[in-house]
Amino acid sequence: MAQVSLRKIIKAYEGGVQAVKGIDLDIEDHEFVVLVGPSGCGKSTTLRMIAGLEEITSGDIAIGGTVVNDIPPRDRDIAMVFQNYALYPHMSVYDNMAFGLTLRKFPKAEIDRRVKEAGRILDITPLLDRKPKALSGGQRQRVAMGRAIVRDPKVFLFDEPLSNLDAKLRVQMRTEIKKVHQTVKTTTIYVTHDQVEAMTLADRVVVMNHGVIEQVGPPQELYHHPATRFVAGFIGSPAMNFIPARLEEMSGALRLTLSNGQTLEVPDARTARYRAHAGKPVLFGIRPEHLTDDKPTDKTNPAPVTLTPEVIEPMGMETLAHFKLDGAEISARLDPATPAAVGEPLRLIAHMDQMHLIDPSNDKVL
Amino acid sequence: MSATAANRGIPGIYHKAGSLRAERRWALWTAYISLIIACIIFLAPPVYMLLTSLKSNAEISDLTLNPWLIRSPTLENYEAILGNPIFIRFFINSAIVTTCVVVLTMVISVLAAFALARMRFWGSQVLATGVFLTYLVPDTLLFIPLYQIVGGLGLLNSVWGLILVYPTLTVPFCTWIMIGYFASIPKELDEAALIDGASWSQMLLKIFVPVAMPGIIAATIFAFTVSWAAFVYPTAFVTTAESMPLTIGVVSQLVRGDTFAWGQIMAGALSAALPPVIIYAFLMDYYIAGLTAGATKG
Amino acid sequence: MAADGTLAVPTAAGAGSGRANTLQRFARRRSTIAFLMTLPLLVVVVGLVGYPAAYGIYLSTLNRRMTGFMEGDWLPTGLGNFEILFDSDTFWMVVWQSCIFAITAVLLKALIGFWLAHMLHHIPTKGQRKWRGMLLVPWVIPPALSTLGWWWMFDPSYSSINWILNIFAVPAVPWLGEPWWARASVIIVNVWYGAPFFMIMYLAALKSVPEQLYEAAAIDGATSWQRLRYVTLPMMANIISITVLFSLIVTFANYDIVRVLTNGGPRDLTHVFASYAFQVGILSSNIPRGAAVSLFMFPILAVCAFFVLRGVTRRNKEQM
Repeated sequence: MAQVSLRKIIKAYEGGVQAVKGIDLDIEDHEFVVLVGPSGCGKSTTLRMIAGLEEITSGDIAIGGTVVNDIPPRDRDIAMVFQNYALYPHMSVYDNMAFGLTLRKFPKAEIDRRVKEAGRILDITPLLDRKPKALSGGQRQRVAMGRAIVRDPKVFLFDEPLSNLDAKLRVQMRTEIKKVHQTVKTTTIYVTHDQVEAMTLADRVVVMNHGVIEQVGPPQELYHHPATRFVAGFIGSPAMNFIPARLEEMSGALRLTLSNGQTLEVPDARTARYRAHAGKPVLFGIRPEHLTDDKPTDKTNPAPVTLTPEVIEPMGMETLAHFKLDGAEISARLDPATPAAVGEPLRLIAHMDQMHLIDPSNDKVL
Repeated sequence: MSATAANRGIPGIYHKAGSLRAERRWALWTAYISLIIACIIFLAPPVYMLLTSLKSNAEISDLTLNPWLIRSPTLENYEAILGNPIFIRFFINSAIVTTCVVVLTMVISVLAAFALARMRFWGSQVLATGVFLTYLVPDTLLFIPLYQIVGGLGLLNSVWGLILVYPTLTVPFCTWIMIGYFASIPKELDEAALIDGASWSQMLLKIFVPVAMPGIIAATIFAFTVSWAAFVYPTAFVTTAESMPLTIGVVSQLVRGDTFAWGQIMAGALSAALPPVIIYAFLMDYYIAGLTAGATKG
Repeated sequence: MAADGTLAVPTAAGAGSGRANTLQRFARRRSTIAFLMTLPLLVVVVGLVGYPAAYGIYLSTLNRRMTGFMEGDWLPTGLGNFEILFDSDTFWMVVWQSCIFAITAVLLKALIGFWLAHMLHHIPTKGQRKWRGMLLVPWVIPPALSTLGWWWMFDPSYSSINWILNIFAVPAVPWLGEPWWARASVIIVNVWYGAPFFMIMYLAALKSVPEQLYEAAAIDGATSWQRLRYVTLPMMANIISITVLFSLIVTFANYDIVRVLTNGGPRDLTHVFASYAFQVGILSSNIPRGAAVSLFMFPILAVCAFFVLRGVTRRNKEQM
């Protein structure tokens, strides 16, 4: 039993600045939830309030059915992994992991069993006698996780645990964290600013911005059905293109007129959804992976667009092309075989079945 | 194009490099000469003290000899001084006072620095500034009122009076540098300890003290050297020889009468200076860290 | 707590009523612990520095027998001790001598210290430790004891310094016998004792200047003098001023060296505030007037302390 519930959580600092503006969230037992958002969105503050390191201004937090607002961190039965690992520099790896259990007066044999077990899961058994100083970044990361695992807590809290690692290790440790979660199945709340981490790790992703939750959902849902312009732009890399356009109705069918005068047909399947907005300015959203070179495709509703590339970035498996359309930066993913050159008009296909329309008045996805 | 151009270029580059190297060599020579002169001047007094302490009285008073050389070294001055019960008494007094003051100082300043650095409370900022200001108040400003206070407590001519007042010399600076060291410990470390279930005292003893050990050693050395070298307070508060610590003891009791036993005075002064010098020799890096911590860290 | 009403979690209602109390108790407990931990420090700061300072001011207003205000004071203002000091030539001598001593000594210490730190910084890092170790020795020996050595070196008939001067055909110097030579001697010893401290502080500051700044300046075409002027000095300005002001306080209040070397002589001409206060207050048992003398140090110390504090605060802000 370790679901975590947040009810109307508000965090206000002196001077009235609100870091978190009333969050409601329910996390199921065994679930892996990732809080993601740009820096300053309140995700770390939320995690620290769950940990008890930060006082709650108002609202309630419950862990396993008990309101923990006034319970000090040590009695909340949580474990936390910090961004800079926060390993005790004067203790060996073994002692670092055993520290929490020693303070809780666990019998020696039990401590030993748990530390060895965690060492085995994390593959750090040979390092148990070392001091943190003698470890690499990835090893320190494992020890920090080991310190959490041995406690066998109700909830794991991760605060940007991978951002101090280099790109290669980050990918490796990401897999590692996922594996550990599959083994121990402890409810996990994970904070990151990296949407790739969020997508790959989470059962459910919570996208936060300016202290509020923008959207909660499984990774695929966030990718395919973003609720707001912020989520649409935040999830996915390179980010979704937003092009100012006008939605027009012509003899029953809907059509988008871009600011450069090009027109795109809206697929029939979407007509009912968008009809109410006909005649209004909208923001046309399309991901770079849905704006590709012009070649035969099995996708329905391809719409041709012609743009002139400003920068071409060959990546090997694909080529990114960047355009400018009436002030908006646009990118497209091309087949590397496509002969694209800067300054030469290029015919592209927009996969309209993957289109999004955003109401610019409230930034909601229609 | 290249062959001739390159050939013309190379000597030019070499010439440039040569002048730079000469400049560097000149700078290095200036540096070494300055340092050598400074070393001679800085070390001359202690060396001369050592030379004198190894001479017999006859050799010292022979004006025809070079005072910087020694003809027949002898340990008789050291034997005399170490066999002198009053000098041993001074030494014991210094040891008692210094030990007590160091322990008191470290307990007071570590506790206070932890509270000031980590447990923000009402007035903690003011108190931290106050501690620094206290450090800037010299002993010579306070010794007269303290003379009255210590006298009122009946602690004049007693080592306990000195143990009472010496913390004014040591506590402010030690607290100040410990605040600096504690503040440099990442906040996540105490949060991790908090989550691991540590209480405030466990956090202090099991995390902060071990992690800030270099700072604690530096502060301890500072407290030791300051209380060993303290001069104004013992001069003012202690006039009976049995209660004197080394500094004033050597200065006032060995220097008396018209004919000074210079050899013995120097032997006494050097022996008295030995403990801080030994600590310095073995823990130089900590010593210097403590010295510079006030300005570069705090 | 209206929020509790809407809470879905079952235990919420029960916890709601006790919340304010536990929270307050937690906070109160924390500041109680913190207060108890700082209590010994408070005792030292208030009881052994604050109270004596206030008591000293009170003492300075009393008469010699400490029974009341100064006798013969035409008004009970309690400033009689100060009036007498203002009328005393010896006192003005002391003021004068203290200022000459402190300013000259600090200036020399700062210059020598800066020069040595710079020289030390320029030699290969490998050898620096050794040199630094030797150059700091004067600072390590308790000054009262090393001054004894100097006293012996300044001895009228056995002076080993005069012996060296004789080799270069320089006539013997009456080190401690003539007022001006005695003043110079006190300054020499103080500079000898204090210059290593400046050196070590400046060396630490020099090392904290990032090497890239010099490289950038060199590529921008700065000569070594310009690098010193436009990179080193501005980067060190704060630490230089902190060290100078701090040393000004300590030097101004110095007692050890004067006591051992001249004990105020010849003819009370080398007394500084501290030694004069000692003479008047303790040796002549005129506690109130001694307190008055040492209080004269206060204004200049307060000014220095103010600027040191400002410098340190500014430095802290820079480092954040």
